[in-house]
Amino acid sequence: MAFLELSALQKYFGANHVVRSFDLDVAKGEFVTLLGPSGCGKTTVLRMVAGFETPSSGQIRIDGRDVTALRTSQRDIGMVFQAYALFPNMTVAENVAFGLRVAGRPRAEIDAGVREMLTLIRLPDLGGRYPFQLSGGQQQRVALARALAARPKVLLLDEPLSALDAKIRVSLRTEIRAIQRQLGITTIFVTHDQEEALSMSDRIVVMSGGVAEQVGPPFEIYNRPATRFVAGFVGTLNQIAAEVIDAGAGRLAVGGAEIALGRAIPPGQGTVSLALRPEAVGLGGRPGDIRLAGEVSEVSFHGSVVRVRVEVAGGSIAVDTFNNAASRPPAAGERVEIAFAPSDVLILGD
Amino acid sequence: MTRFLAWAMFLFGVAYFALPLFGMTEFSLRMRRGVYSLDAYRVVLGDPQFQATFAYSTVMALLTIVVGVLVVVPTAYWVRLYLPRLRPVVEFITLLPLVIPPIVIVFGYLRLFNTSSWLPLTGTAAGTNLLLLMGYATLSLPYMYRAVDNGLRTIDVRTLTEAAQSLGAGWATILARVILPNVLVAVLSGAFLTFAIVIGEFVMAALLNRPAFGPYLQLMGANKAYEPAALAVIAFVVTWVCMGLISLVTRFQKFTPAPR
Repeated sequence: MAFLELSALQKYFGANHVVRSFDLDVAKGEFVTLLGPSGCGKTTVLRMVAGFETPSSGQIRIDGRDVTALRTSQRDIGMVFQAYALFPNMTVAENVAFGLRVAGRPRAEIDAGVREMLTLIRLPDLGGRYPFQLSGGQQQRVALARALAARPKVLLLDEPLSALDAKIRVSLRTEIRAIQRQLGITTIFVTHDQEEALSMSDRIVVMSGGVAEQVGPPFEIYNRPATRFVAGFVGTLNQIAAEVIDAGAGRLAVGGAEIALGRAIPPGQGTVSLALRPEAVGLGGRPGDIRLAGEVSEVSFHGSVVRVRVEVAGGSIAVDTFNNAASRPPAAGERVEIAFAPSDVLILGD
Repeated sequence: MTRFLAWAMFLFGVAYFALPLFGMTEFSLRMRRGVYSLDAYRVVLGDPQFQATFAYSTVMALLTIVVGVLVVVPTAYWVRLYLPRLRPVVEFITLLPLVIPPIVIVFGYLRLFNTSSWLPLTGTAAGTNLLLLMGYATLSLPYMYRAVDNGLRTIDVRTLTEAAQSLGAGWATILARVILPNVLVAVLSGAFLTFAIVIGEFVMAALLNRPAFGPYLQLMGANKAYEPAALAVIAFVVTWVCMGLISLVTRFQKFTPAPR
């Protein structure tokens, strides 16, 4: 039985249907990310779980208890906000102690809880400081400690890393995941950053237009996208148009060149869209690969990776190759041959 | 030329405000013939009626501040959080005491709460004090509401509220421990303005026949020469001390409010 159950959740804001029949089961201790573009309804789902928004219909159950009609303060949740939301009039220790004080815990337990949480976030000596005396990363760690101090059943993270600079963001996401694993707390994380979602989550829910487009582990979401939207939103995707020659044999024509996928294509389509990840395409190739000739239009250097854009007959293909100091990447205008394995080609549905 | 005009306007403004003050203060020191002395102040401060009326007005001012905080802080908070579209309406309502003269308010009170009405508050001293207190709270509403609303503008009310709710806090805890401390400087500004207004208020206290400092000032002014000037200086000093305290509490605030 799921620890957190969202059943047929719907939310209207006036005539605007923001969340449409949303279902999700989250196991105890699982880290699930709601990923999607702005306005896809992910934050609204989180706010309904928190109790800040009332669902138009549907049910929310936490640990078997129906909390749909309960106030936020009765739901036993902890939440971390994008804007930190630390209480400016309280010190770090007072912020962390707030939930425990409200719950009427004894003084000794509050002090011990605050010490434990500050140690957990590696800020044991900053209890006496005020929020404005901390950096953004430190403030967000304190917000995490505050949310966890009262040992909530569910932790809700509303884009907690968005306001931080890139380097802090990377280190803090590792830290948040480690703390979540250590405490085994069920967590819902909302982000529009696919890299965060892919690196942190046990499962990802990709949302669009208030609907869950696909739910699955990061590996599956990235490598086997269920819809065209998921394929386009998660990671970079090359798409080339191809004409079907023989659907049963998987033979297609790209530009003037004929390629064979070695597997059947869903019948009844004259043209299909082939999708390829940039890292699945190479310059050169191995025996058995599909090869297409083209011209380099752009080369961009990303440190460890060099992205080469090649114009082929069916469209434009981005190719990611590891940076190698010993070999020069091709220059713009150069003729090259790109290659990819038939098994790496995705045929996109709608 | 522009610079010269600016300085001229500034000096004119200073003279406009400072000269009457200087003249009044100088006059209040001339009670003893031929020399400057503090005799007028000694007489005033030693007058039992001064002590009684000043104490009465001080207590009323403090009670007005309490009532104002209890009414205005939750109202301004609620409007900002849940009824932002009603803000212009609420602001207009809070400005009404500046438009409607106090004498109209008092006559309204007397008509509604006289001894032959269904709630005869004017029939007892305690009832009339309560009526005066409500009148003072109404008079201070524009200043208190604006001060608190400006304070709320400097913090992210919604997120702080939601953060406190997610930690299990109810409305009373949120207001008392999260919102009020973060707008305390603004509340104190409103409180000091309220204090300054109530201490010198005349119309309401006189028409409700309460022993307040305002009517005492008027009484002294009608019957004495130097003492009214000394009293006016004292009242002026009280007001300026209040203003000074506003800037002091702002300067000594320990924390910086979260940006919105």
